[in-house]
Amino acid sequence: MAKQNKLEVHAIRPGIAPRSRAPKSPTQLDRVIHEPVRLGIVSALAVNESMSFNELKDLLKTTDGNLSVHARKLEESEYVLCEKQFEGRVPKTTYSLTTQGKRALENYLTHMEGLIRTARDG
Amino acid sequence: MSRPRILSINDHASENLRYIRETMERAGSFTAVPGWGGVFMGGTALAASIVAARVPTREAWFAVWMGEAILAFAIGCWALIRKAKTARVFLKGPGRIFALSLLPAMFAAVVLTIVLYRYGIYALLPGLWLMLYGVAVVAGGTYSVRLVPLMGICFMVLGVIALALGGEWANFSMGMGFGVLHIVFGAVIARRYGG
Repeated sequence: MAKQNKLEVHAIRPGIAPRSRAPKSPTQLDRVIHEPVRLGIVSALAVNESMSFNELKDLLKTTDGNLSVHARKLEESEYVLCEKQFEGRVPKTTYSLTTQGKRALENYLTHMEGLIRTARDG
Repeated sequence: MSRPRILSINDHASENLRYIRETMERAGSFTAVPGWGGVFMGGTALAASIVAARVPTREAWFAVWMGEAILAFAIGCWALIRKAKTARVFLKGPGRIFALSLLPAMFAAVVLTIVLYRYGIYALLPGLWLMLYGVAVVAGGTYSVRLVPLMGICFMVLGVIALALGGEWANFSMGMGFGVLHIVFGAVIARRYGG
């Protein structure tokens, strides 16, 4: 098995201040994950302990650039944790969901269910 | 230019929930196929092909491969459950979908094996096993990483070759298929997709 050299683990990239667009109250819509690719990343990571960049790219059928932009936004909001390693000489980036990210997905699900309930009852 | 689709808030919320559910299902099945399990299955199949080449009778040859089939089935189940637990996706989820997709072709293989055994037509068995196993893997791997259906196609091609070559090459084609193909694809899946 290839030797893994851990490079760095970070939720926020050094030098980049968090620009959180997370909702201030639970009733507010979370703009960070209210976007298909970001919602896809968070949903996929909710059922896997971690997934590599390539796995997420294949799963969400998106491009390198698009995935990296959206993953960065999730990192900045501290919803996902990014881990960079080397497998032998090949760099490997893996992502996992933080507790904050899990909570955000739960809130988002509650919010969507609430919208459906309100529309049905009203 | 196409007009943007107008959705009510209710429809939009339902669509978002459906998207989350489908992504979770695909993400789970994406990594549900056990790579190391495939490598172990390949190892036992290679050993079985060496043993089967040395037994004196056709009945003993058949018994060796039946024993290997039971052992491989047990290894496959163990590996599937183990990987599902590792990924916190138990068998009620995508792992179960993968396993159930294998069943129709496996059932056909069992029935045809019984029929051919009763008529003593052993020469067709390796090609039949390889081809139907390939069909099962292609079906099971529909929602998995591309490597899984590709492995199934390789098994099907090898099955056709085994049928063309006939009984004399039985152990070679079985060793190449259930042994080498399992080991190669299993190792790549394990390395790329975590176990």
